[in-house]
Amino acid sequence: MSVQPAGAKDQVARLLTLVPFLHARGAVRLEDAAVALGVPTDQVLADLNVLLMCGLPGGYPDDLIDVDLDALEGDGGDGVIRVTNADYLARPLRLTPTEATAIIVALRALRGSAGEETREIVDRALAKLEAAAAHGSPVAQVDPGDTPGGPELVRLEAELRRATAQHRQVRLSYYVPSRDEQSERIVDPRGIVTTDGFTYLDAWSHSAQAPRLFRLDRIAEAVVLDSEVLSEPEPPRDLAKEGFFPRSPESTVATLELDPAARWIVEYYPVHAVRRRRGGRLEVDLVVANERWLQRLLLRLAPHVRVLGPPEYAASYADAARATLNLYG
Amino acid sequence: MSATGRKSERLLNLLIMLLVQRHYVSKDRIREFLYPDASDDAFEKMFERDKEELRSLGVPIEVGNMDAYFDDEPGYRVRPDKLALPDIALTGDEAAVIGLATRVWQHARLADATTEAVRKLTALGVEVDESALDIAEPRLSADEPSFDVFWEATQERTPVEFDYRRPGAARPTTRHLQPWGVVRYSGRWYVVGFDTDRQQERVFRLSRVEGEARRRGEPGSYDVPPGTDVRATAVRLAPAPATGEAVVLVRRDAGVALRADAVSVETDVAGPDTVTPWDRVRINRGGTGVADEVLGYGAAVYVESPEELRAEVVARLQAVLA
Repeated sequence: MSVQPAGAKDQVARLLTLVPFLHARGAVRLEDAAVALGVPTDQVLADLNVLLMCGLPGGYPDDLIDVDLDALEGDGGDGVIRVTNADYLARPLRLTPTEATAIIVALRALRGSAGEETREIVDRALAKLEAAAAHGSPVAQVDPGDTPGGPELVRLEAELRRATAQHRQVRLSYYVPSRDEQSERIVDPRGIVTTDGFTYLDAWSHSAQAPRLFRLDRIAEAVVLDSEVLSEPEPPRDLAKEGFFPRSPESTVATLELDPAARWIVEYYPVHAVRRRRGGRLEVDLVVANERWLQRLLLRLAPHVRVLGPPEYAASYADAARATLNLYG
Repeated sequence: MSATGRKSERLLNLLIMLLVQRHYVSKDRIREFLYPDASDDAFEKMFERDKEELRSLGVPIEVGNMDAYFDDEPGYRVRPDKLALPDIALTGDEAAVIGLATRVWQHARLADATTEAVRKLTALGVEVDESALDIAEPRLSADEPSFDVFWEATQERTPVEFDYRRPGAARPTTRHLQPWGVVRYSGRWYVVGFDTDRQQERVFRLSRVEGEARRRGEPGSYDVPPGTDVRATAVRLAPAPATGEAVVLVRRDAGVALRADAVSVETDVAGPDTVTPWDRVRINRGGTGVADEVLGYGAAVYVESPEELRAEVVARLQAVLA
């Protein structure tokens, strides 16, 4: 008994759900039970073989739970599971605290994206679950809040997921912050990715001839077209691993000195190296994909950032600051 | 039968034995039926482990005295009313929204927990009716590495120690918190609780926690103040979203984002130069972020009011050139 057999706990959990499932429905086909439990039919058979060894603590044959294995495994069996003599297991287990919290929080999130009629249904379901879970449950302590952007953004995301699944092109009307303009373009969607509270569409942009990320809250309009995607299908990128900017041959590096107030950019933008300086300052080598983007970033951070190199970036930063200051006379 | 099968059988038989008796069952009797071949030592170990596993599935095993007169021998039982899910009696449309809930979490453990909850709820035999639903399910993600620790600590009431860096701070500081709850706000998760160093309630953004958050203490070692509304607390403690109106002049064809949620736009007004036409755009926001935003546009945007914003923009530009 040195090795703990793995999976016994999961098997018992499955049986404690399977028995009430069968009890409520009378007779259930083996395949249907496997789908409902999310396991292969072989696993359900193995589970049932355990079940028929269990029963009341008398040790007599009549005390055992009865499973009609002939119907399942025998020639001419009808593939229907029949379990009797297990009335004491007829009800499913209570939800564990984690289960109760997970489902209630998910429903609260659903509520925020539902139309009025559906919201009423969600409220009824929530009220029943909260009442059932109320006893000493910590569900009140997790609050998913409103979905950022509200129901419109949820709908947009659902539309884009559908377009991705059906390999259909999408026409986007999109705001490009680095160029400060609204653009129209046709893209081949690859999938939806999220990071740090924002949701993006990863897609092949035909106008850029490159993959691009589109922040959903900056998409003014998305129309799913009848045309099929033209680019090679690829899974969406993993932002946690790859970061935002694909390394392109045109990108250059700017060396910046950041005051503490500007240090946050290290977490948001790709940097090659970070060197600590006195007074909590950092010296960083920032990857610059586009010079206009760099200028906007520098001005946003002004004066908590200094350009150490290359000199043309330092000069254009000073020029932009001077031109802006001149407006004020 | 496999070792897994034999162990499952023993666990299930133990559960049934404790469930069907009206009184506490003695340890000796349990051993006689379910662990007949085990040595004293092996029995103690196996029995302890089996009880733990059943409890972790949510089986409430009660310990009590067998006999009111002799309290030397503990007995065990499982009360049917404490074990079983209450009769929730879902209607078809309620079952349908509950089914949708399984697709919301983008967090493996909580997605599994939701699926397990839905299996239990639908084991009771509800017919699912999705026809009436007007809904697109949102995705609920929790990518912050410390989310799991704070979630569990909140459920168990275990104090947590972590390194936290405030925006603009040079280095993180180590903080100690009794977490009361986790709250999502504008798509980001926060933890609310009692900061034992500061002796005050505090809110922390999980994405600013550096490294691993660590449990420090025993489960159940503090109480959440009765009536605590974690969302209200988070909103109260979080820096208030600054509001206020600002009036800026924007060059024609620039400032798309400023125009998109403007209160009003007045076209062709007199501007600080005549290189391009200018429009007057009223925006409803304030605080420190608005100066950053306006500065990002450089010479395409000019601040008219309020005076503090105008002065801040001018001072920051002067500092660049100093």
